[in-house]
Amino acid sequence: MSLIKLSASALAIAAVSATAASARDQVQVAGSSTVLPYAAIVAEAFGENFDFPTPVVESGGSSAGLKRFCEGVGESTIDVANASRKIKDSEIKACAENGVTDIMEVRIGYDGIVFASDINGNGFEYTPSDWFLALSDKIVVDGQIVANPNKTWADVNPDLPAQNIQAFVPGTKHGTREVFEDKVILKGCEDTGAFEAFLAVAQGDSDKAKKKAAEKACISLRTDGTSVDIDGDYTETLARIESNKDGIGVFGLAFYENNTDKLQVATMSGVAPSTESIASGEYPVSRPLYFYVKSAHLGEVPGLQEYAEFFVSDDMAGPDGPLAEYGLVSDPELEQTQAAVEGGNAM
Amino acid sequence: MTDANMSKSGAVPVPRKSLLQPDARTKRRNSAEARFRAYGLAAVGIGVLALVMLLVSIVGTGSGAFKQTYLTIPVHLNEAKLDKKGDRELANLKKVTTIGYAGVLKTSLNDFLAQEGIEIDGLSDKDAGKIISKEAAATVRNAVLADPDLIGTTQDFTLLANGRIDGYYKGRVTMDSAELDGNVTPEQLMLADALKERGLLKTKFNWAFLIAPDASDQRPEAAGLGVAILGSIYMMLTVLILAPVIGVAASIYLEEFAPKNRWTDIIEVNISNLAAVPSIVFGILGLAIFINFAGMRASAPIVGGLVLTLMTLPTIIIATRAALKAVPPSIRDAGLGLGASKMQSVMHHVLPLAAPGILTGTIIGLAQALGETAPLLLIGMVAFVREYPAAWSPESGLFGEPSTALPVQVFNWTQRADPAFVERASGAIIVLLIFLVAMNAVAVMLRRRFERRW
Repeated sequence: MSLIKLSASALAIAAVSATAASARDQVQVAGSSTVLPYAAIVAEAFGENFDFPTPVVESGGSSAGLKRFCEGVGESTIDVANASRKIKDSEIKACAENGVTDIMEVRIGYDGIVFASDINGNGFEYTPSDWFLALSDKIVVDGQIVANPNKTWADVNPDLPAQNIQAFVPGTKHGTREVFEDKVILKGCEDTGAFEAFLAVAQGDSDKAKKKAAEKACISLRTDGTSVDIDGDYTETLARIESNKDGIGVFGLAFYENNTDKLQVATMSGVAPSTESIASGEYPVSRPLYFYVKSAHLGEVPGLQEYAEFFVSDDMAGPDGPLAEYGLVSDPELEQTQAAVEGGNAM
Repeated sequence: MTDANMSKSGAVPVPRKSLLQPDARTKRRNSAEARFRAYGLAAVGIGVLALVMLLVSIVGTGSGAFKQTYLTIPVHLNEAKLDKKGDRELANLKKVTTIGYAGVLKTSLNDFLAQEGIEIDGLSDKDAGKIISKEAAATVRNAVLADPDLIGTTQDFTLLANGRIDGYYKGRVTMDSAELDGNVTPEQLMLADALKERGLLKTKFNWAFLIAPDASDQRPEAAGLGVAILGSIYMMLTVLILAPVIGVAASIYLEEFAPKNRWTDIIEVNISNLAAVPSIVFGILGLAIFINFAGMRASAPIVGGLVLTLMTLPTIIIATRAALKAVPPSIRDAGLGLGASKMQSVMHHVLPLAAPGILTGTIIGLAQALGETAPLLLIGMVAFVREYPAAWSPESGLFGEPSTALPVQVFNWTQRADPAFVERASGAIIVLLIFLVAMNAVAVMLRRRFERRW
């Protein structure tokens, strides 16, 4: 029975070695793929300059990261969740149910969302209304709600080139999609007055339900192939634009800045996206980026407090730091954030 | 009735033909065969073409990853900047971060350029400093911390050049693209050319690609496969120890000892089904059992190894059972006839004869496990990991420190924004393919050498 003995002992060794695990010595981070490059840059510099091991950074999306974050307190749970949106009340509740009560919220800066097309194609100057009229499933023509008839950008707005409408927008699992819907499509819907038309015919028991239905009508995009959801990363969007020169893609500012030799960026409401115009709030399509720290782990996992402080230090997140160089729009209120992190202020 | 009888009764007169002159029907049959051969050849051709296209595209983009541009410059390790107190106390030296060292490097480079008389119009000092990789500051800092006496002296350092400069010598970046690129200017490329003329900028074989850990998006030039290769080795060791032992024990029992009844039939069918289960399912299983239930750590190679063991088991069991079946019953009968117990006949006679087949199956299973990505995505192996995982540590146990694996490193790099990572990803694919080819070659060799036919 030597084989069976051997296999039994091998399994036992594996099991013992796994359960013998005691204090973890490196910080574990997971969450938004938008925050991932920034977290990786900070983790790398943190490992270089401190005596703590380099934190392990995983991606997976804001929601997935926060879900893992809220699984509980202890060894096998992550210490930090990156998010490209604010934590939801439902998530705070889920956290509390699992014993994760003290959560520290840290805003690291802002991320711009840009519209870019092939470098050798036409240049564009958009307004949110253009995007609504180009991509929404239903629009209002002469007071009537009709299926979107626009085929080229010139149909949408005579000032734009007569190029076929072909948009590559982030899929619904991305945090970027929410911002795109809120700040571009919905804004365009309101600007063009289509929102009132939708509201007038909206079904619902209350005003609130009607408003919700109208908003939903605004942001439902065409399904005839002019708007393509990209579930992958920005690299996929870029590849689509390279193979379809009419394509306009939705990117993060950082991705665009790393590929300026292939893409040209469009202005929105007359403002070109840049770290400056986003910081000043002139460029309308931006969102804050966060990470969340489990306060219960602060004393337990070595380096966690230092990592959080280092992340928001001027050396990293400041306007001249490597994060800004990569494309993060640094937070004008960084000082308050630094003070809050130092004090370990939970939400 | 014979043919002779038939021709005599002569209902249908058979025309006399020459064998040398094919009739219409033979012609049709011949041309059908020729067509069939052509189809077969075309099918083989398509397969070969696909393989060649794959290899050409991967080697074409990936071969650049094995070369890297380095810059050799004298660096003045300014005491005023690096050791303000002047006491060479390690604790104080550590307070100077890589950001401080980057400043020292920039100054040194610009001083050196002025001294050498290299002047490029329209190139600021800041931009000139950017031709050095961000990784270089860490290189210099580590050298200083290892030997604080270097402070105050001027040392020649061989440092990584920035990824765009490296791309320029690999054809990825051109003067035209630099004009549009936000991360590099044509002036920086001219400076690189000037340094290359003086022999200070060299492209060398990139050992770091195989040894160094991953690097962040800002320094693709420093990214390597060290952690991924180590993680893959740990996982393969786990699979190598567990899978054959469990797999062979299970198949010997099923093949030699188990009674043939409904239960063993059900087990048999399920093993075959398990072999066809998509690998992501094993990842979900691993997440539920090893991480959520057993409380093992995410990103640990031991978890990856256990998941891949589960995934490889059906392959190994099927191969082992086939190998055991191929041993003729006469061997067993002879053993039993000479008074050996059932176990002795299996252990002493059947198993050694089946060993080559078992080994081949195991290696093919291992090769399959090595290239597997999907289950590892779920157990947190797709992470940014820079610390080399130790095989054993008191805190994390055996193979318990976080790491990545080769195939997930490829996946990871294809998602990065910087185009230099495309080259890195293809380079990683080449490394992975070399491992796979080597493992399959060993399997073929074992089969050739030891396989016995009856």
